Amino acid sequence: MERDLSLIAMFAALIAALGLIPQITLAFGVPITAQSLGVMLCGTVLGARRGGLAALLFVFLVALGLPLLSGGRGGLGVFASPTAGFVLGFPVAAFVTGWITRRLGRLPVGLAASLASVLGGIGVLYLCGITGLSLALGRSWADAALLVTAFLPGDVIKAVLAGMLTLTLYRARPRLVLSRA
Amino acid sequence: MLTLTSPVRVRAQDWPAGGKLAALSGASVVLFAVDSVVFHGAAAAATLALFATGGRRFAAHGLRRMWALWPFVAVLLIWNWLDGAPVQGIALSLRLLTAVGLATLVTMTTQLSDMMAVVRWLAHPLRRFGVTTRPLELAVALVIRFTPALARSGAHLAQAWRARSGRRASWRIVAPLAVLALDDAERVADALRARGGLTGGPTDGT
Repeated sequence: MERDLSLIAMFAALIAALGLIPQITLAFGVPITAQSLGVMLCGTVLGARRGGLAALLFVFLVALGLPLLSGGRGGLGVFASPTAGFVLGFPVAAFVTGWITRRLGRLPVGLAASLASVLGGIGVLYLCGITGLSLALGRSWADAALLVTAFLPGDVIKAVLAGMLTLTLYRARPRLVLSRA
Repeated sequence: MLTLTSPVRVRAQDWPAGGKLAALSGASVVLFAVDSVVFHGAAAAATLALFATGGRRFAAHGLRRMWALWPFVAVLLIWNWLDGAPVQGIALSLRLLTAVGLATLVTMTTQLSDMMAVVRWLAHPLRRFGVTTRPLELAVALVIRFTPALARSGAHLAQAWRARSGRRASWRIVAPLAVLALDDAERVADALRARGGLTGGPTDGT
């Protein structure tokens, strides 16, 4: 119980830290914030329930008024802005990512985590985010989707990296990669 | 500092957090129920006036936080203008700015501890079913403790990377950062257990 709580809090902090560290270069030298990478790792490392709770705790703290989103954003204003769907989608995305990582238990860890990150960390997150955008801007779903397509390549890279990082963590601390424990 | 509260003291900081949150919810419902551009213009002006009551520094601090919205305002104005409904674009933009502005005001004038007190009060009825907010409060405290420490470790790892390679840190520093996080979490769990664990202290969160 204490270990669960501590891991959940630590991964909520990891999502925040990845948003705070300035400019990590992903492949092709493109600097993007790694915050959504943190959400993917919550699922692929902690599994569905704990990973989802870690992301939920992160969102809760943002609502309470901590500047934990990338660029130091936070507070209740985030939930009134058009990108609210993405933030609210974090826990759902982490949960689905963790669930799929476990379902793909027969595949090698890295591959399973990458696939799960694509489906959960991109598919589910974009579903929530685009729905929020379309509601906030009063446009059709397709119109709203058009606005975020530019971010898709970066997120696909992050999903692949999430898989590679999960594999590294699994080799370093196999007992603590709870999605495979 | 890990906070978004106002850098200057304003009177609204003494108002009860629950009241501010209830007023914000009410205002948001009304904002999204009305379509009139005149109404939204008045609401936006009123919100600006609220920012102004806190003084120049308070207003500048708050309005700077809203700068990130400009792409959405641009999209709303251009899209609706292309659709031949520029007035609707203006109304939607004003509504967006007012809704975010009011929420920002509440965040700026409410301490984390006061927000948490509202959460505790809202969770009060659940106590009868054995649900306490203690694990949640402990988790919140842990995240506030962990985040700067992890960010610092991340910055050190990035610095070390730069020193070795002469280039910007790559995503590879995330692996040691996550291993650090996992190990620290284990140690903190042990420390929590040693202090009596989650059920060791008072259970009502007070």
